[in-house]
Parts: sequence; C-alpha cells; structure tokens
Amino acid sequence: MAHAFSLSRLRKPSVIPGFGLTFGFAVTYLSLIVLIPIAALVLQSASVGWDEFWRIATDARTVAALRTSFGLSLIAALVNMFFGLILAWVLTRYRFPGRRIVDAMVDLPFALPTAVAGISLGSLYAVNGWVGGLFDFRITYTSIGITIALVFVGLPFVVRTVQPVLEDLDKELEEAAATLGAGRWRTVIRVILPPLVPSVLTGFALAYARAVGEYGSVVFVSQGLPYVNEIAPQLIVIKLEESANYGPAAVIATVMLALAFVLLLFINLLQAWGRRRFGSVG
Amino acid sequence: MEIRIANVRKEFGRFPALHDVSLDIRSGELIALLGPSGSGKTTLLRLIAGLEHTTDGRIYFGTEDASARTIQERNVGFVFQHYALFKHLTIADNIGFGLRVRPRATRPSRKEIRRRASELLDLVQLPGLEKRLPRQLSGGQRQRVALARALAIEPKVLLLDEPFGALDAQVRRDLRRWLRELHDKTGHTTVFVTHDQEEALELADRVVVMSQGRIEQVGGADDIYDAPASPFVFSFIGESSSLPIVVRNGEAWFEDRRVAIAAHDCEPGPSRLFMRPHDIDLADAGEGTLSGTVAMVRRNGGGRRIELAAGQGAHRVEIEVPAEIAPSVGSQVSFRPRRWRIYADPASVKGTANAAAAKASVPARAIAAE
Repeated sequence: MAHAFSLSRLRKPSVIPGFGLTFGFAVTYLSLIVLIPIAALVLQSASVGWDEFWRIATDARTVAALRTSFGLSLIAALVNMFFGLILAWVLTRYRFPGRRIVDAMVDLPFALPTAVAGISLGSLYAVNGWVGGLFDFRITYTSIGITIALVFVGLPFVVRTVQPVLEDLDKELEEAAATLGAGRWRTVIRVILPPLVPSVLTGFALAYARAVGEYGSVVFVSQGLPYVNEIAPQLIVIKLEESANYGPAAVIATVMLALAFVLLLFINLLQAWGRRRFGSVG
Repeated sequence: MEIRIANVRKEFGRFPALHDVSLDIRSGELIALLGPSGSGKTTLLRLIAGLEHTTDGRIYFGTEDASARTIQERNVGFVFQHYALFKHLTIADNIGFGLRVRPRATRPSRKEIRRRASELLDLVQLPGLEKRLPRQLSGGQRQRVALARALAIEPKVLLLDEPFGALDAQVRRDLRRWLRELHDKTGHTTVFVTHDQEEALELADRVVVMSQGRIEQVGGADDIYDAPASPFVFSFIGESSSLPIVVRNGEAWFEDRRVAIAAHDCEPGPSRLFMRPHDIDLADAGEGTLSGTVAMVRRNGGGRRIELAAGQGAHRVEIEVPAEIAPSVGSQVSFRPRRWRIYADPASVKGTANAAAAKASVPARAIAAE
C-alpha cells in the first residue's frame, strides 16, 4: 500500500536492475486486478445520478448498516490484536508439545470456506447449541454473534505479522532491562512492546479490512435485522435482489470503499509514525 | 565490592560449562576473563550477573550470598558485546532507563534523571547526544552509551562481555585506553570477558586464563607471560613452539639425541618442551643442540622468522633471528632454547598415550638459563 508513494525514486539510477520491467508489471497487474474493477464499481454507482446517490448513501438503513459493519469490525480487530499478540508470544517464546499443531491451527480460518465457518459457528452459538446453551442471552442473531464470526476470520493476521518480529527480538534487550532493575512487567511494557508496534498495527489493519469485507460467515450467524445488526455487505446483497440494476448496490459499495480507503490510509500513516517513533526492527 | 566465587559448577542440560571454579575478585580491581570460545568465561560472567543460575557452588558479593538474589536486586552493571541499547528510546532515555524503572519511593524526579543522563554522557565523552537515537550513533559511541547506562544505576560491580568485540581495531584500542582511565577515575570493581590476549594483558590488573570450563591460571601480565602454569597457558598466550621430549635421569631427550637443557627437577617420562620464537638462539651443530630443516623464511619487521621442521616427526619450530641471518630453505640449522619450560605430557609419545593421564598434565619446574 505505502510502497506506491515512493514514486520520487522513479528517476534515480539504481544498482538493482529490472525497475522498468517490474514496475510496469506491478502497475498493469494492479490495474487489472484492483483498479479497473473499482473504477467500474464507481461508474456503476454514478449511473443512478447524484441526487439518488446521495439519497441512498444517507438513508438511515444504509448509515446503520455501515455503522454496524465498521463498528463491529473495529471491535473484532481489537480483540484479534490483543489475543493475536498473546498467541504470537506463546508460539515464539515457549516450546511445548503440540506447538507445531497450534501454529498450523492459526491459519485454519484462512483455509476454511467462510460459509462453513459461519454454519459451524451458527450451530455452536445458537440458543440450543453447545456453547450458546451456556449463556442465558442470545448470541446468534445479535451483534455478539457477528463479532465472533469476524474475530474468527481475522485471527491469523496479527499472529502472523507479529511472530517474525518477536522471533527476531534480541534476547539481550530483556537481559539488559533486567540487570538495570526492571521487573518482568516493566520489561514487557517498555522494552518488548514498543518494537512490536509497527507490526501489530499492520496486523490490526489487515484484520480490520478483512472483517469489514466479510460476508459469508456472518450471514449464517445473523440474518441481519435492519437498523439493528445488518452489516453493509448484507444490505448490498438485498439491494441487488430488490433492484433491476446494480446502481443502488454500487452506491453503498462505493461509500464502503471510500470509508475503508480513508481508514487504511489513516492506519498507514499511523504505521509510518510508529516506524519512525519505535524504529524499524533490525 | 569484592566478589568471591566458591566452587561454582554450571551445566547446561548435561553439558558441563564450568567445573568447580573458585576465584576471589578484589574490590576496585579490573580483572579479565580470558580464554578461547567454549572456555566458560562468558558463562562465569553471566553467573556473576545473575543471568544464569549456578548448578552448584556460591557467589558472594562482599559477605552476602548473591545466589539468593534476583538479577534486579543484584545491582550489577552489565555491558553486552552488541550493546543491547533500546532502539526506540533516545540516548538520554536509554541511560536513564535503570533510574526510571525504580519503584516510586526510590525513583528520582524526571528532571534529576535527565540531569544524571547528561552528566554520564559527559563522563563517557559524548556530550550533547541526549536527543539522538541509538541507530544514529557509531558502534564505538553506542558501546559508550551502553556503559553510561550501566553506570547510571550506581552498580556494585561492572561486568563487560566482550565489550570491544564488535568494533574495528583502531576504535578498540582507543576505547581500551579510555576504559582503563574511566576505571581509574570511578574505581568500580570491573570484570570483563575477552578472547583477545593483548586486550586482557594490557588492560587488566589481573588476568584469569580459562580453558574448557576450568581456570588455568590467575595472575598479572608478567606471571602469565613469564611463568605460565600449564601447557595450555604457554601456548595460548603469545607465540610458542613445542617438541615432544622424554625426561630420563635428569636429562632431556628429543628422539635419539640428548638436549643440553637442565631437566633434573622435572618428572621423568614423556614430556613436552615449550619455547618462544624470540627465546631460541641459533647454534653451531654439535652435542646437545637441536636441529631441523628450514621450511620457510619470512621477513618480519625488524627481524626474520625461520620455520623449521625438527626431527623425524617434522615438528614445527619457529625461531626469530636478526634480519642479517637468512638461511636458505632446505638447509640444516642447529638451535638451542635460551628460555624454556618442560611440562610432563604422557600423551605426547605414541603408544603410551593415556587420556586420563594426559588431562592431569603436571606443570613441571622450568628453568631459564643464565
């Protein structure tokens, strides 16, 4: 994402050959895979006309759906950040039987079709399900259920971005802190966490982006009650079914896209700050 | 603060890193732990710091048993080979770290911590670098910051693990002299680990020579160089050549020739004769001299080095001679050591090799002629 900003280096001679070729390839590839579909989407949304665009975009149901999507995704990404950090810590710092298996399990949410995940989460957390039965409040068909699904699909990101950095972290830093009188907790807060900030932010951004776009698993956990816990992708599908053309759905998608872009840009800036402040690792 | 290491043993898993090591370090002393890698010198340093725990034995700081204290409580300043500075903190925050993490009751104010950091930066001759980050400093500067950080907690002892190992030769020499001056100024009991004998002999009040988890000898530069306690110390410190000999009736025999060196105080049996290149004279061929074939002649600054293959075993012997003497390669040369040491070494003669006996190589008396 951030790498596209280094265009100022375009003219500089470099010892690394193949700049023209690889840059050309990158631009073409990005255009085909990302830019052209997005442009088509924006065009579609423009086809409804400005007044209609504005009406759909500011419709109370749309706003509620967007709020649910971005809000619950934020909660899910925060949960993943916290537990992902702990998971990465356990996987890098301790040697225990079955470590490899746990390590492999982290990637499962990537491999599983999200619909399958949604079905199994839905039956587990249903009122009469194994886990859902333990609680005296509803989990499926509520925001809690949606958040659990979003946590599930975003789990690997923070673990996988933090793990290599944690592995490279010099053990001598902790020893130095200890000889200087710092206890375990202070060492974690002041010595270990700061260098992890950039990678944690990266993982957070990825998990957040993934959660915002998630559809497959959520629909099996929550049918989506308009104004309450309907997520934006659900609303887009509903708009598609209601309307003869793509217009209204594309409008909501475009708004989502814009919001997501602004958010990712913000997180990117935060990362750049983090790297300056806490130093790139190495 | 004097440190007493009493019968310390350390094993990593089943691998023994230190065997029953005892050492007294005097208060205010600058002492070097010298040895090849795997000799246990770093392990010993880390045991003193509390970064490792002894398998057996005790370490006393003064009269107090340090083994019962955690690293945090031991109050030692530790300097790592690769600095281990906190990359995300400024130089001033790095130096102030040990003060800032103190419990509230004993923690100085922020202003006081800043003042102390600046003071220490002056002491290590890096004034004005408070706001910099570690990556903006050179290796030598970083190591001085690491030292300032260790000094900030007013440690009872200062421990340095190969402090100059990652620096280039010129910076090393400068820092070495500077560390000596700093030590004389502050008077901390200081222990440093090195594999560089020049560094150890030049910098330290006393040198502890270690090998394979044991202390071979403790002494000043003169003791270590002039009176090596074991064949290991003789060959590890400075340059040397050695020949397998047999002591019989107070006489030394190399292969089938008698060598005219006094050996009446040496234990009879297979032994090893050690000598240094500059302690060997060329001699006229004759009774009691050693001889060899010239294998190589090299100009070596002010003098010349001759490498000989002595005896049937073609044992390598190096001799330093004045530049005027230049024997041709392949010629026969006789020589006689001026100073030497003989160590009993049952393993050196084929057929009588015995591993257990070889380990207990007894330092024999050595004699300097004249």
